[in-house]
Amino acid sequence: MRSILSYLIARILLTIPMLLILLTVVFVVLRVMPGDPAESILGAHAPKDQIELVRKNLGLDKPKFINLHGNPFDSQYFSYLYHLIRFDLGNSMIWSKRPVATEIKEHFPATLELTLVSITITILIGVFGGALAAHKQKTVLDYGLRIYGILIYSIPVFWLGLMLQLIFGVFMGWFPVSGRIGSGLELRTVTGLYVFDALVTGNWTGLYSSVKHLALPSITLGLSLSGIFVRLTRANMLHTLKQDFVTAARVRGLPERIVVYRHALKNAFIPILTMMGMEFALLLAGAVLTETTFSWPGMGRYLIERILYRDFNAVQGGVVFFALLVSAVSLVVDIIYAAIDPRIRY
Amino acid sequence: MAGIITHKSARIIAGGLRRFFGGAKWHGVEWYLAALGAVIILAVLIVILFAPSLAPYDPLEFVGKPFMKPGSEGFLMGTDNLGRDVLSRVIHGSKVVMLIAFTATVFSAVVGIPLGLISGYFGGKLDMVLNLFMNAIYSFPGLILAIAMAAVLGPGVLNISIAIAVIYVPTYFRVVRGHVLSVKEELYVEAAKTLGASDFTIIARYVFPNVIASIAVIFSLNIADAILTEAGLSFLGLGIAPPSPDWGLDLSKGKVFLPRGYWWLVTYPGIMISLVALGFTLLGEGLSEILNPRLKE
Repeated sequence: MRSILSYLIARILLTIPMLLILLTVVFVVLRVMPGDPAESILGAHAPKDQIELVRKNLGLDKPKFINLHGNPFDSQYFSYLYHLIRFDLGNSMIWSKRPVATEIKEHFPATLELTLVSITITILIGVFGGALAAHKQKTVLDYGLRIYGILIYSIPVFWLGLMLQLIFGVFMGWFPVSGRIGSGLELRTVTGLYVFDALVTGNWTGLYSSVKHLALPSITLGLSLSGIFVRLTRANMLHTLKQDFVTAARVRGLPERIVVYRHALKNAFIPILTMMGMEFALLLAGAVLTETTFSWPGMGRYLIERILYRDFNAVQGGVVFFALLVSAVSLVVDIIYAAIDPRIRY
Repeated sequence: MAGIITHKSARIIAGGLRRFFGGAKWHGVEWYLAALGAVIILAVLIVILFAPSLAPYDPLEFVGKPFMKPGSEGFLMGTDNLGRDVLSRVIHGSKVVMLIAFTATVFSAVVGIPLGLISGYFGGKLDMVLNLFMNAIYSFPGLILAIAMAAVLGPGVLNISIAIAVIYVPTYFRVVRGHVLSVKEELYVEAAKTLGASDFTIIARYVFPNVIASIAVIFSLNIADAILTEAGLSFLGLGIAPPSPDWGLDLSKGKVFLPRGYWWLVTYPGIMISLVALGFTLLGEGLSEILNPRLKE
């Protein structure tokens, strides 16, 4: 037990420098690179004093990293970190000037719902497809699934979304192509996950509508990421099926189905779990594109929208949020991994 | 005389064919995949080089009525909402997409490979810091980083290339560093050091050749990824500025008209993105199998 605890502590401590690096990278990208945020907001031809006002507002008049006159910590960088520790992401610079943190809290559940359902679809297709391909190796099914894996990876997720919209939304009319729920429908939100909330409040029209709206986006994102899982699962299963314990199980007379789908699959799962951790970044990226394609009101669409409106604080807050999310998930996955596989103890 | 020439050229062709189909026997089905990928890429290169002559119209000109269906009067892929020929836009769009993808990948390789070599070989604090740094970036969604950079830098081929290049530097770094770490322990490296070889010589003559095979694979897969990222950026409105033909851009402009059933604005550019990305992926995967063959299954 001592080793698991020391691993945990080491891993958690590692998160801090990694998070710091990410936040610094975000800072460098948004503030140090050429291009003046104030000018982007107001346009280059705005009157000078207005630009100066916005710059002061953003704290852009302070030195970037270290203040050489007076208090060395009175700089943009440290001010940025200081606010972040207090979860103060500033206020939006357009329209209502609401706190960015609030706006993020409003938009995140939509992304959460989309990503949860999508990853479920991905795992179902990917893991069982891969196991099937490994089981029926060298058959048409195997080759077909491998081709599927490569093909679905090459198709851009947003184009896949558009094609599904076209076929199932426009031509067949089975599904709506935008939004989370039918307009005019009331839904009492408990968690912000519409399907769950509708279920819990017994709102059957709301449930039907939100499921219909969720269908195409989540299938799009789910399919898009499944290719990688199919191929990875297949490779791991092939390796696992050669192990002695599989032969032993067969010799004992267990039906082939149980040998493959219960025993072998469980063991092949560990590398798949690590892959899931890495997939999370792809999942978020895919979510941004999917949300834009389907006008899904989540964090991804929020980010893009605010970029186009030049809402600097919102953009910074959004990207920082993603960085925090990625760090948290990466930590959780590593911990689960260490808990499952006793061989990994740093 | 004629007999000898015919015989010789027949032998050359036969040799070539034997090598082509023999390759499959030696390396398995993956060989065909790589070959297919190479064929697709070659086709795209030809399209890029001969774009002005292949495209029937100027991609920027409003040569027809808006929303003409594919197959009508010389518009093979129809026209878009402004009456521009979709086929011409698709053909010319290949130029900018490939240019950005290739430039970005080359940038990434040029930065990532030396860093990986140095970090892996010299180790120590530098390696620890660089490794941490690269892992942090690697774990972050690349597209979002590229979005942030593209938003700040603005449109333009160079800016977008830089934005995309940053995403892939950690990939080269990690792979190269991994190779260096394993090669470093080999006996022949130790022997070379004892004989007085400089660090540079060791890296250049022993480490680097081991790495080249993996780099080639990653390079190809990277281009595929860069194509998809570039298309994604353009789709989000952060790529090169309109009205230049670009597949992702045309997708985003055409998306608005989808609910009215105008499918050809988005279908054709999307097919192109998928096809070219597929070509490079096939090449990379095929190369990977050929160069690092998995143990016989």
